[in-house]
Amino acid sequence: MSTRDDIPLFASSPTNIQFDNKGRLRHFLSIEGLKKKVLCDILDTAESFSSVPQQSIKKVPLLRGKTIVNLFFENSTRTRTTFELAAKRLSADVINLNITTSATSKGESLLDTLHNLEAMHSDMFIVRHAQSGAAHFIAQHVSPNISVINAGDGQHAHPTQALLDMFTIRRHKGEFGALKVAIVGDILHSRVARSQIQALTTLGTNEVRIIAPKTLIPAHAETLGIHIYHDLKEGLRGVDVVIMLRLQYERMQGALFPSEHEYFHLFGLTEEKLSVAKTDAIVMHPGPINRGVEMDSAVADGVRSVILEQVTHGISVRMAVMSMAMQQGENE
Amino acid sequence: MTALSILNGHVIDPANNIDTQYDIHINNGKIIALGAPPQGFSAQRILNASNRIVCPGLIDLRAAMREPGLEHIATIASETRAAASAGITTLCCPPDTTPIIDTPAVANLIRYQANQAGFARVLPLGALTQSLEGEQISEMIALKEAGCIGVSNALTPVTNTLVMRRAMEYAATYDLTVFLHAEDFWLRNDGCVHEGAMSTRYGLPGIPEAAETVAVARDLALIEQTGVRAHFCGISTGRAVRMIGRAQHDGVNVSTDVTAHHLHLDEVDASKFNSMCHVRPPLRTKRDQNGLRMGLKQGIISAICSDHQPHNADAKLAPFSATAHGISSLETLLPLALKLVSETGLLSLPEVIANLTHKPGKILGIEAGTLSIGQAADVCIFDPEHEWIFSESAVQSQGLNSPFLGWELKGRVLHTILGGKVVFELDQ
Repeated sequence: MSTRDDIPLFASSPTNIQFDNKGRLRHFLSIEGLKKKVLCDILDTAESFSSVPQQSIKKVPLLRGKTIVNLFFENSTRTRTTFELAAKRLSADVINLNITTSATSKGESLLDTLHNLEAMHSDMFIVRHAQSGAAHFIAQHVSPNISVINAGDGQHAHPTQALLDMFTIRRHKGEFGALKVAIVGDILHSRVARSQIQALTTLGTNEVRIIAPKTLIPAHAETLGIHIYHDLKEGLRGVDVVIMLRLQYERMQGALFPSEHEYFHLFGLTEEKLSVAKTDAIVMHPGPINRGVEMDSAVADGVRSVILEQVTHGISVRMAVMSMAMQQGENE
Repeated sequence: MTALSILNGHVIDPANNIDTQYDIHINNGKIIALGAPPQGFSAQRILNASNRIVCPGLIDLRAAMREPGLEHIATIASETRAAASAGITTLCCPPDTTPIIDTPAVANLIRYQANQAGFARVLPLGALTQSLEGEQISEMIALKEAGCIGVSNALTPVTNTLVMRRAMEYAATYDLTVFLHAEDFWLRNDGCVHEGAMSTRYGLPGIPEAAETVAVARDLALIEQTGVRAHFCGISTGRAVRMIGRAQHDGVNVSTDVTAHHLHLDEVDASKFNSMCHVRPPLRTKRDQNGLRMGLKQGIISAICSDHQPHNADAKLAPFSATAHGISSLETLLPLALKLVSETGLLSLPEVIANLTHKPGKILGIEAGTLSIGQAADVCIFDPEHEWIFSESAVQSQGLNSPFLGWELKGRVLHTILGGKVVFELDQ
């Protein structure tokens, strides 16, 4: 009888679509369902790739002869570029498809687009889509030899972004067990925040806080295992890591906050507000930054900012995820 | 017309307080006797119903059949045939067909097609406003004369409160029941699941409880003011049940129903992007589900309906929020309702049957859903102990979109009789 038991939050299930039948990573769709060991393996692998750009030949031959399709149904510069760079450093062939302007506008269904790309003997799809669950849907319907990597789906997940953030935090702070991390801003619309929260909790972070007005916090956010603050200074007190989120104008609907001015006044990060955090606290942002809305330029370009490092780490983390997902199918 | 006798069955006819073994005799399409046959009556066909339940044919308050307009998905013939296989003899069809049921011609077409098919009675609801646009009230009297049983704006909201007031007043003048879908347009926004822990976890746009309660509160105020007879379709929150219960207690002429799936599924079932559980209103919390069940027990909710929405396979093959909402649910209506007796002990068997027969009949204002002498012989015979797997091959509807596929169900219809004629017989 296929009734369901209550699914515990963030537990891995035996039928997790992200693994093949031998328990190896096949798709990378969300942090949910991945155990701490898997996340640490990815971070360790990323660490081993981080020296590749310093070599005179910035390539390793791990994915030579593989075809990777960047399947972007939503605009992106940073994520698409770092995925492309990561794939090229792994020696794969890369195709960039900007679907917003091609097939779907001619009425082709998502599945039809997918099957056409399969017919071109692709090995991996890097998918960005405006709808939550799109990467899961695609992973459920691709043929068994294809891996799907989620490069952001609606408001659901952006797992490689979360892992590059974890990579950056680990580089600076070491173990997660002692850390207090605050995420500030539009949690409601943020797939990045959802994945970060899952990654931080899975890695055993001491305390995860979110700081935002009630209009930008999703319903029952406490079920995510976090502490909720509405006052920036109160929430930043004693934290080791501050993650500022982008205010997503493109998704903003209705009366969520009155003005940029008031938002910056209450939630914009300034040196003064940051002073209540630990003295060695780092400041992160997934980019692109709205200067003067989410944070002061003095903070963004200040000594505690690791924002540009995040971008660099994005390449090694994505190399790690791609190479690990592509291992399945080998040695069979 | 055949003369028919149903012998040795356990007859449950809640309207007449019958819950015992009786023989039923049918002639000329009507029930002519319970117990001993009338003198000189000789049945041309005898159905042995020992160990079976014999009850009035089920009345389903809401079933889309996709005709007219989307005959490539399903037709009145295909869906009424599926209904017959599920013991349903009367279906009420919402007005959001293509074209919309806002002219007598469309209402006539639907009734004609249903008559031609001959599997079930189809009662159309007329549009409350022209083209369902919520601006100008429809020609309700013409629609009533063409056989519309009530008026409704289906899932399209009437955002203009003044239009809603006028529509209710006009309907009240001519004693038409208004069928309401309580959903505030603004609060629903672009939501596709219940706003709560699951929407937060999966990043799916949520529909808050208040989308329903705000609409119920507004409409209750207007119902009370206008004195119209009104029915809330498919309530999904426990709070709305209590609001309607209070209004009933205060003497307001209002009723409500619940779908069988809202009684058995909740927000967790829609997790992992299971598009089969994309329904409108959304599946809500376990607490809401309990509220709905209690509402049924207390009689605030007086009907269980299918809210049948057949789709082709493509409609569910997309990322969750891009999929069509709705479940193909005619054939699970009775077994899911029976689960309330066998598994939860919430209701007695006669109580469940009342919610599927004469109580929805009363909401529609029709004399059906009983086995009274002289009534049209619409009868459902089912085996309450029959266990079966609801599989794709068992589905009669053109729509295979059901989250209940693979479920083990208990209770199966063996015969359905419509106006004295056997319209369904299970191959055994």
